[in-house]
This record gives sequence, C-alpha cells and structure tokens, in this order.
Amino acid sequence: MSQFRTPLKRALGLGSAKHGVHHFLVQRLTAIALIILGIWFVWFVLRLPGLDFDGARALLAAPWNALLMGLFVIAAFWHAQLGLQVVVEDYVHTHGWQLFLQVAIRFLCILGAAASVFAILRIALGR
Amino acid sequence: MSEFTLPQNSRITEGRHFPAAAGAKNVRTFRVYRWNPDDAANPRVDRYDVDLATCGPMVLDALIKIKNEIDPTVTFRRSCREGICGSCAMNIDGTNTLACTRAIEDLPAGDVKLYPLPHMPVVKDLVPDLTHFYAQLSSIRPWIRTETPPPPDRERLQSREDRAKLDGYYECILCACCSTACPSYWWNADRYLGPAILLQAYRWIVDSRDEDTGTRLDELEDPFKLYRCHTIMNCTRTCPKGLNPAKAIAETKKLLVERRA
Repeated sequence: MSQFRTPLKRALGLGSAKHGVHHFLVQRLTAIALIILGIWFVWFVLRLPGLDFDGARALLAAPWNALLMGLFVIAAFWHAQLGLQVVVEDYVHTHGWQLFLQVAIRFLCILGAAASVFAILRIALGR
Repeated sequence: MSEFTLPQNSRITEGRHFPAAAGAKNVRTFRVYRWNPDDAANPRVDRYDVDLATCGPMVLDALIKIKNEIDPTVTFRRSCREGICGSCAMNIDGTNTLACTRAIEDLPAGDVKLYPLPHMPVVKDLVPDLTHFYAQLSSIRPWIRTETPPPPDRERLQSREDRAKLDGYYECILCACCSTACPSYWWNADRYLGPAILLQAYRWIVDSRDEDTGTRLDELEDPFKLYRCHTIMNCTRTCPKGLNPAKAIAETKKLLVERRA
C-alpha cells in the first residue's frame, strides 16, 4: 500500500508484453492435431497386442505409421510444454522457481520430443 | 508459492449470537463475517436471528434491519437498493451477488451465510478494498478515444446494428462479483485484469464510434492481462445482472487471432 506508489502505477505494472496470441493459436492447433493423430494412435496401439517384437517393429517402420508417430510425439510434447508453461505461470509466484521451472519444462519437452523422433527414425530407417 | 491454509491471524472464529426478540414469528439466522481493523482479534462469524415477518424480502433488507435494530456495528456498503450501483456486492451462501436483488426466500434452507467478496483485502466486516480493481479499470482508459473531432452540430452517430453490439456489455455495473469469483483473478490479480475489466475493455473495442481499437487490442495482448482467462466461466455463472463476461473475453481473443490472419 504505502511505498508512495499510486494504485494505477501498480495496475499498469510493466505494461503489455504485446504477445500471447501465438501461444493461444499454437495451443489450439496442436490440440486439433492431437485429436486427429490420437485417433490414429489408438488404432495403432490396438494392433500391437497381436504382434510379436519383430511384427511390432515392422508395423512402426511402415512409412505412414512412422510419419504419423513422429507427428504425434512432436504435437504431444509441444502441447504439453505450452500447457505446463501456463500451469507454472498460474501457480508459481516465486521468481527464481518460476524461471527454473519454465527452463526445465522447455528443455525436458524438447529432449523428450527429440529422443522419440530419433527412436522412430532408427526403427523406420534401421537395418 | 500457493498457500493452502489461512495465516494464523486470518482464521475465522465463532462469534456472538443475537437471539430474536420474544414473540418473533418467522426466524431466520444470518451468519455474518465480522472483522475490525481497530482491534487485534481474528475475524469471527456473528449469528443474528432475524424475524422475517417484520423484514423486507431481500438480503439487504435483513442486513439493514440487523444494523438498525440488533447491532449497529455491522459494516457494509449499500446505496441504491435496486441493483444498479453495485455497492452491496458480497458473497451470499457461497455465491457472489448483490444483497439488494437476492431474495431471502430464494436462498437454500438453513442459515444465511454472508461474507465479503472473496480473496480481496477486507476494510471492515463486509467491505472489501477495491482500490486495485478500480485502478485496473483506469488502466484500460474506459472512455471513447478518437482522432476525428466530434461533428459540430450533433452527437456521434451509430447504426442500430452497431448499437446492438453493445447490448450485454453496457449494462455492467462494475460490482466486482465476477472478478472476485474467478480463480485466475484470485491467484494473479496483480497482473490479470479479470472478467469485469476485460468486459469493459471489450465494450470499447466493439464500439463503432471508437477509433483506438488497435491500441486497445495491443494493450490487452499479454499473457497475464488477458490470457490468464482459462474459460472457467465462474464470471458468467455469478453475474447478478445476467451478463456474460466470458463471451466478451472470448470475442477479444478471436479479434486478436483475426488481425494476424
């Protein structure tokens, strides 16, 4: 209250960041992509129980399946990063923690996506 | 970090009980949040037994009766007593609304619980400190902003269709029921504008006579000012005027997408 600052000064804060639409748009685009890719993913998983190791490997190595699986993991990690970012912004109000978690979330999501794509490529292009 | 328990000096204790006068016919108990900044006591809930046979129909009537006849120290805001000033906004049986337009007989059975608007600093009893809320309203500069000077001989005109776009928004009385019902506003009120102020901002964004639409959108495009809204919809559920702040926010988000594509 005191500190000789007006209420308007506090309300204006640092002003508008003039960004946020991109986050909003990409969150929705990845959500739509995940609905479509999710249907394919369920179909893919339901086929796995009837297959042995080599059969499952061959199924994933089929060009369309490898492609869609790659897109699925990229969309999923991207969407997860955007969502977790919002959760941290909402609930973590300690500056240091906020910074640490935002960086950690981004690094882990990129690591997860890159490792998944690398694994899919090895299966699809290996042997 | 988020806190899950109230600080020691904010825990609510059981307060005094004021029984109804002998011969009361239709008694209803009102549990009222009491806190006085002038003593060091914790907040408490006082119980007032009110004879509804000699009381007006609205919750505000009961509060005025309590203050006049039972306990003059009960503090609350009120002015118009007809739902147009927004002064008597408070939390009644768990829902933010106006005490003057909430009928006692429409409330669920049992004691009537009266608390100040949630998650705001309390000035005294049922009076919240709305300083920051009003400062946020000032920050969006809620008045017409134009380059073109007004016509010398008449007011600025507007088509009937354009005027209709303000319906559902111009009626807002800024009682703060919606903003103080919003969890995003609870956690991030320092930076998030909240539904009431975003509805006001949209009211000027859709006004066909205003020429500063781009700047208004620029000033709202911010992860906290606007995008803390996660479409929880408490605002629309609680609005005592039946307005839809969530729609105003969604329309603003749509315009921000539209101007990029």
